[in-house]
Amino acid sequence: MTTRFAPLPTTASASNAVASTTTESIVFRPTPQQAYLMRIGDSCLIHAQRLAEWSGHAPILEEDIALTNLALDLVGQARALLTHVGKQVGFDEDQLAFLRNERDFVNFTLVELPGRKAGRDFADAIVRNFLLSAWMNVLWARLEASSDAEVAAIAGKAVKESRYHVAHAADWVVRLGDGSDESARRMRQAVARLWPYAAELFETDAVDTAAAESGLGPMRVALKAEWDAIVAPVFAEAGLEIPAAGAFRSTGSRGVHSEHMGYLLAEMQVLQRSFPGGVW
Amino acid sequence: MTAREPAASARVSQAWDVLHGVLDPEVPAISVTDLGIVRDVIEHGDGLEVIVTPTYSGCPATEVIEQAISDAIVTAGLGPARVTQRRAPAWTTDWITPEGREKLRAYGIAPPGSCASEATASNVQPIRLMARNVACPRCGSAQTERLSAFGSTACKSLYRCVACREPFEHFKPI
Repeated sequence: MTTRFAPLPTTASASNAVASTTTESIVFRPTPQQAYLMRIGDSCLIHAQRLAEWSGHAPILEEDIALTNLALDLVGQARALLTHVGKQVGFDEDQLAFLRNERDFVNFTLVELPGRKAGRDFADAIVRNFLLSAWMNVLWARLEASSDAEVAAIAGKAVKESRYHVAHAADWVVRLGDGSDESARRMRQAVARLWPYAAELFETDAVDTAAAESGLGPMRVALKAEWDAIVAPVFAEAGLEIPAAGAFRSTGSRGVHSEHMGYLLAEMQVLQRSFPGGVW
Repeated sequence: MTAREPAASARVSQAWDVLHGVLDPEVPAISVTDLGIVRDVIEHGDGLEVIVTPTYSGCPATEVIEQAISDAIVTAGLGPARVTQRRAPAWTTDWITPEGREKLRAYGIAPPGSCASEATASNVQPIRLMARNVACPRCGSAQTERLSAFGSTACKSLYRCVACREPFEHFKPI
């Protein structure tokens, strides 16, 4: 039998081995303090990635610009934190963002849940943005007093940005929740879908404890009362009910992600994986 | 702004003069010193250090500005220069100089009001908090309305003058 193609090698040998065109992943074992900061940085980064999916697709042009503006702030916040941790472990921000594997990302599951591309509603984007922005706002305000001067400095800038993130998100929650029957129905559905994932924002583990003990930042559970104080009145004005607490706990902040995370990373990382070290 | 020290060397003094001419790439009407992001210029044995405070966490112009500053110092024969970031205290629009505000207005961008008046706006208030009293940079009318909280860059929002009907940008106080 003749063939136009050379037979595939059964094992790679020195003569026909081909260099891999993908970049090797990086791995590092973070200290609890580093893990604490990576949770925040990764949550900013992945939230930004989901928000940016609305670029060119939001219901109105102004919102298109708004969501990408928020995403830009979040990327900036993520860059600052990843750079800060990266300096301690010998990697730069790009390596940390683009060359870690799924298991090493420690963002909250909430931020990785499907965005526009998976056919989720605009209401989901609004509800998620509100729940997360409110949390970030409370967190950044606390981190201004961090024992880590660089973290305090990053927070000093980010807290100002988070204020208008919350305000913008809250405006939409009210507009849609207290809007038409249809918009209210979709908002109720989005709240029902996303609320169970908000519980992870207030879990406690050894990472939180270590961060709190060293003065790096607050335990997540310590943010709950202030978060409630932002969320409750906005939900009330929007005519949305706050769902009862459930037993479900998502685990993204421990590196165990939903089935959506791999697809998100594939898209986010493809350029660096395919063109190692590529720069603008 | 950091005041120029009276005892500053001629080289540092010249550097400040050069920096007055380095424009913000996204708002090319005002310089980096008008914007208040240059916090200090320090002379070292091997060159000048220019300390800048970034405006927004995600401002894509940050790197471009740092390069422009470095290039300008070198071109003026004062180099080498290195630009370092100082994050704290965080930049605020209150640091924009009176001259910078006037340049913004002349360029068609309504300058920011003071942050103190905005700070009272609570987090929990849904954003109906349009910046008040944003005067039209063209006709001066206070009869203006906000079209969009966000604009072409992170630092601006979009307004329209009800009196002269011209749309304009407003540099947000932060």
